[in-house]
Amino acid sequence: MDSTIFLFLLQDGIINGAVYALVAIATVLVFAVTRVILVPQGEFVAFTALTIAALENGKMPSTPWLLLALGVLAASSEIIRHFRELNLRRVARIVLFDLALPVGLLMLTRTLAPLKLGQVTNILLAIALITPMGPMMYRIAFEPIAHSSVLVLLMAAFGVHFSLIGLGLLFFGPEGTGTAPLSQASFSLGDLVISGQSVAVLIVTAVLLVLFALFFGRTLLGKALRACSSNRIGARLVGIPTSAAGQIAFALAAFLGAISGVLVGPLMTVFYDSGFLIGLKAFVAAILGGLVSYPMTVLAALGVGFAEALFSFWASNFKEVLVFTLIIPVLAWRSVYAPHAEETE
Amino acid sequence: MTLSRAMIPGVCALAILAAPFAGLLPDYWVTLFNYIGISSLVAIGLVLLTGVGGMTSFGQAAFVGFGAYTSAVLTLQFGISPWLTLPASLVVTMLVAGLIGAITVRLSGHYLPLGTIAWGIAFFYLFGNLNWLGAHDGLAGIPPLRVGSYALTDPRDYFVVVWIAVVSAVIATQNLLGGRVGRAIRALRRSTRAGEAFGVNTAAAKLMVFVYAAMLAGLAGWLYAHFQRSVSPGPFGIGTGTEYLLMAVLGGAGRVYGAILGAAGITFLRDELQNFLPWLIGNTGNYEAIAFGAVLVLILQTASTGLWPILFGPPPAPAPPKPRDDKKPPGRALPAPGTSLLSVQRARKTFGGLVAVNDVDFEVQSGRIIGLIGPNGAGKSTTFNLITGVLPLSSGQIRFEGHALRAQTPQRAAALGLGRTFQHVEIVADMSVIENVALGAHLLGRAGALRAIFNLDRSEEALLFANAERQLARVGLADVALKPAGTLALGQLRLVEVARALCLNPVLLLLDEPAAGLRVGEKKALARLLREVRGEGIGVLLVEHDMDFVMSLADALVVLDFGTKIAEGVPAAIRRDPVVLEAYLGGVS
Repeated sequence: MDSTIFLFLLQDGIINGAVYALVAIATVLVFAVTRVILVPQGEFVAFTALTIAALENGKMPSTPWLLLALGVLAASSEIIRHFRELNLRRVARIVLFDLALPVGLLMLTRTLAPLKLGQVTNILLAIALITPMGPMMYRIAFEPIAHSSVLVLLMAAFGVHFSLIGLGLLFFGPEGTGTAPLSQASFSLGDLVISGQSVAVLIVTAVLLVLFALFFGRTLLGKALRACSSNRIGARLVGIPTSAAGQIAFALAAFLGAISGVLVGPLMTVFYDSGFLIGLKAFVAAILGGLVSYPMTVLAALGVGFAEALFSFWASNFKEVLVFTLIIPVLAWRSVYAPHAEETE
Repeated sequence: MTLSRAMIPGVCALAILAAPFAGLLPDYWVTLFNYIGISSLVAIGLVLLTGVGGMTSFGQAAFVGFGAYTSAVLTLQFGISPWLTLPASLVVTMLVAGLIGAITVRLSGHYLPLGTIAWGIAFFYLFGNLNWLGAHDGLAGIPPLRVGSYALTDPRDYFVVVWIAVVSAVIATQNLLGGRVGRAIRALRRSTRAGEAFGVNTAAAKLMVFVYAAMLAGLAGWLYAHFQRSVSPGPFGIGTGTEYLLMAVLGGAGRVYGAILGAAGITFLRDELQNFLPWLIGNTGNYEAIAFGAVLVLILQTASTGLWPILFGPPPAPAPPKPRDDKKPPGRALPAPGTSLLSVQRARKTFGGLVAVNDVDFEVQSGRIIGLIGPNGAGKSTTFNLITGVLPLSSGQIRFEGHALRAQTPQRAAALGLGRTFQHVEIVADMSVIENVALGAHLLGRAGALRAIFNLDRSEEALLFANAERQLARVGLADVALKPAGTLALGQLRLVEVARALCLNPVLLLLDEPAAGLRVGEKKALARLLREVRGEGIGVLLVEHDMDFVMSLADALVVLDFGTKIAEGVPAAIRRDPVVLEAYLGGVS
């Protein structure tokens, strides 16, 4: 392997890694706040890319229908569970958020889709369509069992994943698509050709990571989320509503997933079920980062991306095997240095 | 005769096992029952691993794959008879599981399930990319099982093979759980500390369960390969792994029969969804995946304890084996009364800048009761934990029967004859009282997992239980021996802990606030028991807050305050000691 190939692989790895970093951050965030290991995180990524692809072709994407379906489910599950505690405010919130918002977005998409207003509109619309799915998903599947063990939550996450994959096939069909690159520019640095797309990926990721750091370090909401993650009961005692915290965490996860979808669309052909592998690789990074530390997670995600690029060069057939075995030595190391802790469930 | 609730499952099981041969079931259903049986094996392993041992694995499908591929390769490439490949399948899964388990089972909390997801996926891609395993197409044309020249290809014939395997697995698993190793496994999830204090090697027990569960999965894989007659990576991925876990959870994690119920439930559900939904909605999209996921979430939301406990109630307490003669378990030769047993010399423990135990010296002799007292935060429990090996010393030393205790662990303390109780009761709530007490006798037995599985441990078990029964009678709890320990009051649980510690045949008894939560009558009985124990020549170190109790009982007292020993002597002298009075009452002017 000469230096040109190495640099090429490095670039490839960093771009993939940057996307994994965003997804992994979302995984860590959701786990910290709600203890849910968000297996369906990848679906946000794939569905966003598919939505943008449809919009680029001037077609009406199925995403608003999916959003509406989730909204109806969320509304009915909340009404059934809290039938006796329904008041005007609650009903208004359900109608506004679960029904009016999806219907509004549906009509907006209908109007905008045939116009082909261009990339920025497409991206914004896709993000607007995907982000509300996060809190809806939380309320449908996880809020009723918020106090269960990590295991039960994890299994529920798999259930949501199975359902979403089925829905994905139903709504988006089996064909894979890619989206237009964010930037057509490319320039060369020595032997290395750097595409505008990769620069765009890096800039977007870096900006988002900085915004995240500011959000958690400087804002009251961010601090409340951190409080929830370090001590849930303590957070409740000081008046932080954990349900709202869960919904915010899921909204952020869906938002980050959508951004990752925007970035990943031009890099690969996205199918309705492509999200699972992206999510799992991000998840490897999240574990490498110990499921707590955001900077470590970002580093680990870049590492996973780079390792993946190297593996696909050396042994492309065994790329996935090797990426997922990466986790074993790390776990082994942890088992030696942090051997003994009682199950806390 | 009325049909009791406990008999319903048995009757149903008999009916189902007989049905294929009464000509009542079409082939389709017999085949479905075979798949249920194969899945049951994996789910039984998971019940042991997850429900009992507290370790969650999403990767069991990969072990099924190892079993299936081993047999497929050996029969196809080397023409070996399928019966001979069975041990090979089991050995391969055992080795793989041993290797993975050694790395992952010591992981705590959620790292273990996460780890299993990762290697579960890695193996799936490995199966799909190795050319000698047929890559993504897999291997076809696997020979069927044969008896003589008769091939077992009819699903009814195979039904016999599958369900013999399931019934054997159920019996083996119940035997394993009922035995000495089984008690250690059952203590893993609820109270590792209790198990370790009586000599259970937690890491080894976890690894053993992990390998056992994997081998059941390997057996399932072997059965699958010769029933399906072809293998491909598909059914060995993480999705199927999740399904197996769901079977165990649906049935009621922790209940062996529940695994079969769960396997049946999930297999039927998926099958019905596949048949029914296209008919209902038309033939586009894979609605069964959507519905399957939704049902999964609904089950977890409404019945996360599983179906078996809801349908059939809690498990009956197992009848403890009765000894055939009056043999006693090997006793321990106790040193002559007055011999120094435990000698704490300038023991020191610091947590960062805080000195919790500050160069404390004292001795405990055999046949004497030494009380360790002091106000809250005096360092009593820390001293206790130093002696029992729960915490390492910062400096100084602790000698037991003349030997310095270096690198002390709870297991070594137990082996030396230090029986202890806990300040915060450590009881396995879902085990019966007598089984909890018998956990104390862990080191008196030798039977391992294999002897338990083949039921060869009965005479040893009878001895252990006879001992447990005797100790339980001594603390006055013989009449609740078969109740689940979780149903007892706190005071009674403290006495159970004392009985459990006595079950170790201890040289030295370490009691951490045994009288807290006891009623007056119970305290008197406990004091009487401790005097009796002292009379036998056992040394007792008693940490206690109840002054009347400890003053009336102890031969000598050691008083700690802020980690430092402030007084030592006979109770009457301690009562008048001005330093002690000041520590307790905040100064006497």
